[in-house]
Amino acid sequence: MADRSKVMSLEDAVARHVRDGDVVVIEGFTHLISFAAAHEIIRQRRRDLTLCRLTPDLIYDQMIAAGCAKKLVFSWAGNPGVGSLHAFRRAVEGGTLEIEEYSHFGMVARFSAGAARLPFWTLRDYAGTDLPKANPRIKSVTCPYTGEELATVPALNPDVTIVHAQRADAQGNAQIWGLLGVQKEAAFASKRVIVVVEELVDERVIRSDPNRTLIPAAIVTAVVVEPWGAHPSYAQGYYDRDNDFYVGWEGISRDKGELAHYLDEFVYGVKSRGEYMQKQPRLMERLRAGEQRCAGVNYGF
Amino acid sequence: MMASVAARELADGEVVFVGIGLPNLACNLARKTHAPNLVLIYESGAVGATPSRLPVSIGDPALVTGSLMVCGMADVFQLFLQNGRIEVGFLGGAQVDRYGNINTTVIGDYKKPKVRLPGSGGAAEIAIHAQRVLIVSKLSPRNFPERVDFLTSPGHRVAKVITDKGVLERDSGSGELVLASLYPGVDVNDVHVGWKLRSRAHLGRLEPPSTLELQLLREVLDPQRLYLRS
Repeated sequence: MADRSKVMSLEDAVARHVRDGDVVVIEGFTHLISFAAAHEIIRQRRRDLTLCRLTPDLIYDQMIAAGCAKKLVFSWAGNPGVGSLHAFRRAVEGGTLEIEEYSHFGMVARFSAGAARLPFWTLRDYAGTDLPKANPRIKSVTCPYTGEELATVPALNPDVTIVHAQRADAQGNAQIWGLLGVQKEAAFASKRVIVVVEELVDERVIRSDPNRTLIPAAIVTAVVVEPWGAHPSYAQGYYDRDNDFYVGWEGISRDKGELAHYLDEFVYGVKSRGEYMQKQPRLMERLRAGEQRCAGVNYGF
Repeated sequence: MMASVAARELADGEVVFVGIGLPNLACNLARKTHAPNLVLIYESGAVGATPSRLPVSIGDPALVTGSLMVCGMADVFQLFLQNGRIEVGFLGGAQVDRYGNINTTVIGDYKKPKVRLPGSGGAAEIAIHAQRVLIVSKLSPRNFPERVDFLTSPGHRVAKVITDKGVLERDSGSGELVLASLYPGVDVNDVHVGWKLRSRAHLGRLEPPSTLELQLLREVLDPQRLYLRS
């Protein structure tokens, strides 16, 4: 297993593993959102995708605007701390995008069921809310032990899940620190998994700190090395979130023409993440992370 | 004013589930004043966060650096929230109704929305599982209709609603929100909502922000005026 490298270019990974009509998950809660992968999917003009994420964020706003999405499955569709996702709003208010809506806990529970290969997950939620009326896939079950009525959500098993990680080895053992979101559950629930990393490291680095491995090679289909691949999202210890870009998105996404212009320049107008970064030479200097090392632990016995 | 009133609602040592926006500011103000041992839990998974800058989003990297624990979101919702470990939940809302029910989903009909809002996020489960729910929202008849267009988060655990005119509280008898206290310079006749709002027999008068609170808010916590728009 050690000599079977899964490393390939992002172009190849998307060409081989993301297909028209797929159920696609690019997860990461604010942290480690693979914008590089989304841009490559847009460039390769994938269509009729069912896009699932807790927070569609700017990444799915861009994919919706580019015409990749048939349906959106989500739990909070806003621009955090700023306002609306306007491409999403135009599509929903205009009736051109199908939606399936949960709460965060509901989405997390769907991935948990998918990861455990169960048909559904139970949670104590939704009593008194209108969410089950809006989404008939939120149902309930009577507990066989206590008689309590519990909410249920169906398993979510994506065709492909894309996760950005700080580092991985060539087989795909991926290590993540900082906010962990729901990436582990999403990856285990998925048929195929693409891991995009800031750094490719030797297997010895992974083995030196096994508790930090969130996604094991056994479930990984492809490994892609793409430094700064999460920008304008962030990678803890590598670069900060580009809050200015998130604030600026309000103006860009509000206007269809501005948004099309953005995609032309920064997505269709570049071949790769490397070119995207070259276009913005000051980004690295502005966002590069400072130092805050942990104390380290003794794994000896 | 809303941020300082909201901050004073938090007792030292309480475990608070923090949302984005003004609640975030209020929690960090409380931590720097009367409640240094407040435990801030963010739905992004940061537990015991001590952010060195005001987080723009609830997934900011500053929430991780120096926090007590970082866990995945399945743990946040199952092991903390559903487990009953959250004492205070802080929510905002586009609409709040007579019984404290919140709408953050849609204005108008769900299938043909006039305005599509972000949706629940974690709000539905926070409203259901936090022991005490506080709402922060600007007060107007439009924001406070008799009934919400869409019920995202049920109001039965809402204790208080902190507005820009005064504070509403739940009446234990009828279960509806009643006016409990006013800001300095605000008259009871200035307070209008979408239903006939009753007032407590003795209306409280809220203290304006202290010099220290104002200084912390303006110079330390939100110098860029991300949340302090006035």
